Amino acid sequence: MTIDLEMAEIAKVFFQESREGLDVMESGLLSLGATADRENINTIFRAAHSIKGGSATFGFAEVAGFTHGVETLLDEMRNGVRPVTAEAIQTLLQACDCLREMIAATEAEQPLDQVRIASLNSDITHILGGGPSEAPALAPVSVPTSAPAEGNAAAGTGAVHVPCGWRVIFQPVAGLLRLRNEPTRMFAELRRLGEVVARADVSRLPQLDALDPESCYLSWNIEITGQISRPKLDEIFDWVDSGCRLEFTPTGEAVPAAPVPAAQTVQQPQVPNAAPEQAKAGSAADADRGASAGAPAQKAAGDSGSIRVATEKVDDIINLVGELLITQSMLSGFADGIDPNDLDRLRQGLAQLARNTRELQESVMQIRMLPISFAFNRFPRIVHDLSRKLAKKVELKLSGEGTELDKTVLEKISDPLVHLVRNALDHGLEIPERRIAAGKQETGTLELAAFHEGGNIIIEVRDDGAGLNKAKILQKARERALVAPDQELTDEQIDNLIFMPGFSTAEQISDVSGRGVGMDVVRRNINDLGGHVQISSKEGLGSTIRIRLPLTLAILDGQLVRVGKEIYIISLLAIVETIQVARERVNTLVGRTEVFRLRDEYLPVVKLCDQFGVEPDSRSAEDGLLVVLEADGKRVGVLVDDLLAQQQVVIKSLESNFKSVAGIAGATILGDGTVALIIDAPGLISSAAKQGAGAVAAHAA
Amino acid sequence: MSKKILTVDDSASMRQMVLFTLQGAGYEVVQACDGVEALELARQSAVDLVLTDVHMPRMDGITLVRELRSLLSYKFVPMLILTTESSPEKKMDGKRAGATGWIVKPFNPPQLLATVARVL
Repeated sequence: MTIDLEMAEIAKVFFQESREGLDVMESGLLSLGATADRENINTIFRAAHSIKGGSATFGFAEVAGFTHGVETLLDEMRNGVRPVTAEAIQTLLQACDCLREMIAATEAEQPLDQVRIASLNSDITHILGGGPSEAPALAPVSVPTSAPAEGNAAAGTGAVHVPCGWRVIFQPVAGLLRLRNEPTRMFAELRRLGEVVARADVSRLPQLDALDPESCYLSWNIEITGQISRPKLDEIFDWVDSGCRLEFTPTGEAVPAAPVPAAQTVQQPQVPNAAPEQAKAGSAADADRGASAGAPAQKAAGDSGSIRVATEKVDDIINLVGELLITQSMLSGFADGIDPNDLDRLRQGLAQLARNTRELQESVMQIRMLPISFAFNRFPRIVHDLSRKLAKKVELKLSGEGTELDKTVLEKISDPLVHLVRNALDHGLEIPERRIAAGKQETGTLELAAFHEGGNIIIEVRDDGAGLNKAKILQKARERALVAPDQELTDEQIDNLIFMPGFSTAEQISDVSGRGVGMDVVRRNINDLGGHVQISSKEGLGSTIRIRLPLTLAILDGQLVRVGKEIYIISLLAIVETIQVARERVNTLVGRTEVFRLRDEYLPVVKLCDQFGVEPDSRSAEDGLLVVLEADGKRVGVLVDDLLAQQQVVIKSLESNFKSVAGIAGATILGDGTVALIIDAPGLISSAAKQGAGAVAAHAA
Repeated sequence: MSKKILTVDDSASMRQMVLFTLQGAGYEVVQACDGVEALELARQSAVDLVLTDVHMPRMDGITLVRELRSLLSYKFVPMLILTTESSPEKKMDGKRAGATGWIVKPFNPPQLLATVARVL
């Protein structure tokens, strides 16, 4: 592997590490608001320091320059020179965002946002007390050039002179050797620059009995011949110059040096030649990731392509595969024909196989499971920024961050959650004055909790804000004809009206929680995941939004139903109840639409036999069973011939194996090898509702 | 026998870069990610050179140098601090703690090797 390729690999590590460092800085800064404890500032400082050091080493001068200002500010805070103010924290948080974008752009070889960098730079300079026009951060950071930089401290006039020899008097401190600074090594270095004649001065050497073998008593008179610049000499004596006597005298006639290398000072930032290659190799495959990497939510495991798996999980699987092999070899012994006496052993083997297989499946599924903290981690920052913007005081409490759920579900639930949190902050929690007036604590509480409940994961967003204004919601719903004027609704039903499409109670459209494309989209996204969302609220006390999600999208808890000879599967999550149909409660309406009166509600009846063109046992509703499905707040009754078993089924995509079919969400293979189709409950309901809505309305009127 | 170098840095990318550079030049390298781990490693087996970053969690590089110098077996072992601080005070802190010298970050592989060659 060539050096460039290897360095590009290491640069990738640097990008990843920087992103992690920025996460550390961000969460540190967010908790800094409450207490300015030293260890925390130190941690933030170290993260910034590493980013600066790394970016300079890998040749990303602009990142290094920008980080330098951040680091200086943090250093002053850490040393107690600079007070930790809300303004400074805010600026540093913005600097984190900016750095994230810079790193993403550098990795993707995109141009940097110079305007933003300059503006933040001047903010930082302003806090540091410098003039706003200055760009202090860039100056002091140097980046190595491919060849060590040549410099001349005496530069001042246009022509620089390099003498053709030096006389050096070197009288080191006694402790020189104890730090392992060998004079002989220094002389060896000098010898590489020119001809050296060194005379040792032994005048300070004591009597043997007074001599400390670890001390240095000698001093030297060195004559060196050759065109050597002063910094070259300084470099050699750099480590030993404190406390010792060191004198340099130029000898011989000075000659003008070539102006080009002399004009190049060490301070000048220069990107090493290797840098473009590093960035190229590091980003070729990740160009699209780089473009979106600016979002604060960018996380190590957030990339869809790969997954980071805990070693124990892999070990579990390897272990199980081993056991499976043992079982397999045990069963293969029966291949030559079964002796009736072996039947017990065969049964035993099959039971073992069943157990191994189930455990293996569970373990493999575990690979896709990630802790919900990947979604929760972005909330401290969002809440911090938003509460500032809205002038509200909010305490964010997270619980159950370790709760695991499927990676795809996790990625898809992230945006709806952000929406819900923004909503709770914007509309739920009150401004401090109003809270005090209502006799509540000035600081509102927002809680995000995740936990498992019976094969599902529950995520709750709770706030102790004003709660929903039921009267207003009902009024609005009636205005928009979402509810019939005389329809009586329970409190819970009223609350859940906010999930209806086109419903928004915000009097003022704010840029915080959007404009009416809100809760209905949230609900649709959650329903698409096979989940369910509902809200409960107490006026004046707050609201709780409860999201129920399946643990995975790869497996479904299904109800097997039969229509004629076909077997279909319906997700248990969508099923409300199943009833036997009494003839007098079915009404045939205009055309062919049938509705069924369930308690006080009229449900459109969907006949799967008609929907999918299969021959049922009977076309008459009272001979079959009506499965009541619910999605998006709407219900339909699905007529089937029989209910069969409930079982977990593995979902196979119909789209990728065949084509997308309306009303079908996927397929699975049953125990006997036949293919069964999985009913797309939300799709079925919305199409039935469109056909049936008119009929139901007509009947109700 | 190749010389053994202990490198200490909390940044994985810096560790990798130093490792790659030194191994490429034929040195044997052991690595630690902070002062505490480095001290532990240094106590377990002797090394010919210690190369440490300054800012690290748990134990910083200056403290590490001071701790190592107080050990009899590390009395004369060269120790270099890797630092972005080019200010004289930081260097002096390092010297007082017993560092042989320093390498000012950022550095490139040839610079690193040249500096290491000065003490080994």
